[in-house]
Amino acid sequence: MSSNPDTWERGGIDQRTDTLTRIRSVLLQHGRLGKDAMKLAENDDLYAAGMTSLASVNVMLALESEFGVEFPDQMLNRSMFITVGAIEAALRTAAGA
Amino acid sequence: MRQPFEQPRALERPTLELIDAIRTKVVDVAARFADQVDRHARFPVETVNALKEARALSAAVPRELGGLGCGMRELATMCSTLAGACGSSAMVLAMHHIQVACLVRHGQSSPELRQYLKDLAAHQYLLGSMTSEVGTQGDTRSSVCAVQRADGRFTLNKDATTASYCAYADAILVTCRRAPDAAASDQVLVLVNQKDCTLEQTTTWDTMGMRGTCSPGFRLESSGPEQHIVPGAFADSSAQTMVPYSHILWASLWWGIAADAVAKAGQFVRAEARKQPGIVPPGAARLAEASAQLQALRHNWLALACEFDELAQRADGPQQLLTMGWALKMNNLKVTASEAAPQVVHKALQIIGVLGFKNDSKFSVTRHYRDVLSASLMISNDRIVGKSASMLLVFKDE
Repeated sequence: MSSNPDTWERGGIDQRTDTLTRIRSVLLQHGRLGKDAMKLAENDDLYAAGMTSLASVNVMLALESEFGVEFPDQMLNRSMFITVGAIEAALRTAAGA
Repeated sequence: MRQPFEQPRALERPTLELIDAIRTKVVDVAARFADQVDRHARFPVETVNALKEARALSAAVPRELGGLGCGMRELATMCSTLAGACGSSAMVLAMHHIQVACLVRHGQSSPELRQYLKDLAAHQYLLGSMTSEVGTQGDTRSSVCAVQRADGRFTLNKDATTASYCAYADAILVTCRRAPDAAASDQVLVLVNQKDCTLEQTTTWDTMGMRGTCSPGFRLESSGPEQHIVPGAFADSSAQTMVPYSHILWASLWWGIAADAVAKAGQFVRAEARKQPGIVPPGAARLAEASAQLQALRHNWLALACEFDELAQRADGPQQLLTMGWALKMNNLKVTASEAAPQVVHKALQIIGVLGFKNDSKFSVTRHYRDVLSASLMISNDRIVGKSASMLLVFKDE
């Protein structure tokens, strides 16, 4: 997927679903969660699900690689990566940045 | 943001009076008992009583609750002032301020915790800390034990490896998992009153330095009102309060220890110089080096204390304190200060020589040296550098 913000806007529901799935598989590989990442609801708290701050760095790295974006420093905090939905919003912002 | 040293906020009179009382009365008491405290690894009860008398234990409590509402820079000044006389006493004061700050900054939405802060100010209660635990390998951001809630009460049992002066504290702030089914890193802070708990000492505290902090392992069994669970996640109170207060106050007190050792070295060099006017004593050049290192160390914690105080006034402050950029600043301060301070004390010892090496000479820096060596170990620098290294993989420092 391109990091061009237009692509994100045009993609519609299918693309969003695809993005959420890709986020969940990044979490499955790198989040070290205590539950099945593929079954996470959009608003499930990832830290409550067992993600440590160290694991969250690996998640950020893997997201940057998977989606071809770079998160600006101001976005690198806990609340930006607290749920699957928050990550999706962060990816949109980073892609538009 | 403006430069931190341009216009430091003027100190309020009660705060100035408190700092003055610490500089004179409390330091006198601490200095008088420091050797005994160190030799017998006993709690500096006289210093703590003097701190209570000066009403120093409510310095960080807001004024409307009966305290002085002191900011980071003022608290750091208190800790560094006391540190030269007795490192253990300064560490107890720093640990206490850290715990109070957690309650002040994260507990006030609970009326019971607000009331507790009023009581703390009125009675000058001492707060201890219990963050370490058997089975977490020194990682304060994960817990094995969990708080349980039933019928408006909590129960909490914890097996702590090093619990700061818990036998002498009026209450203890304890980290634990939010609930029995919570993840290891999903933690909360709980205020445990001494009267609501039993403490069974499980290990000893016969250490190289900081002997008066009396921090052996304890097995805690406690219960209390559910409202004594600090609202919100410890992940936030840790990043926004416990970490910055710890690293800035500790750095200030390590500087205070090093500054006192250098002051002794200075006295020694001046005494030598007076014996032979016209000849610069051999230790003078080393003294100049130590003085430069000391200045860098001081400006490091002072600048960050001022920056924290500014952030504390800003609407976006809490969010800024959660950023990776701020976490890295705190890690960098901790690591550099804890490595620099022992080097400065080492230099002071080289200047003074055997008289500094002796325990019973007026130039002795043996306790300073042993105390300051704890700096890189209390929260291991290796662990902190590891965390910074991983953050720098995504942080761009733009």
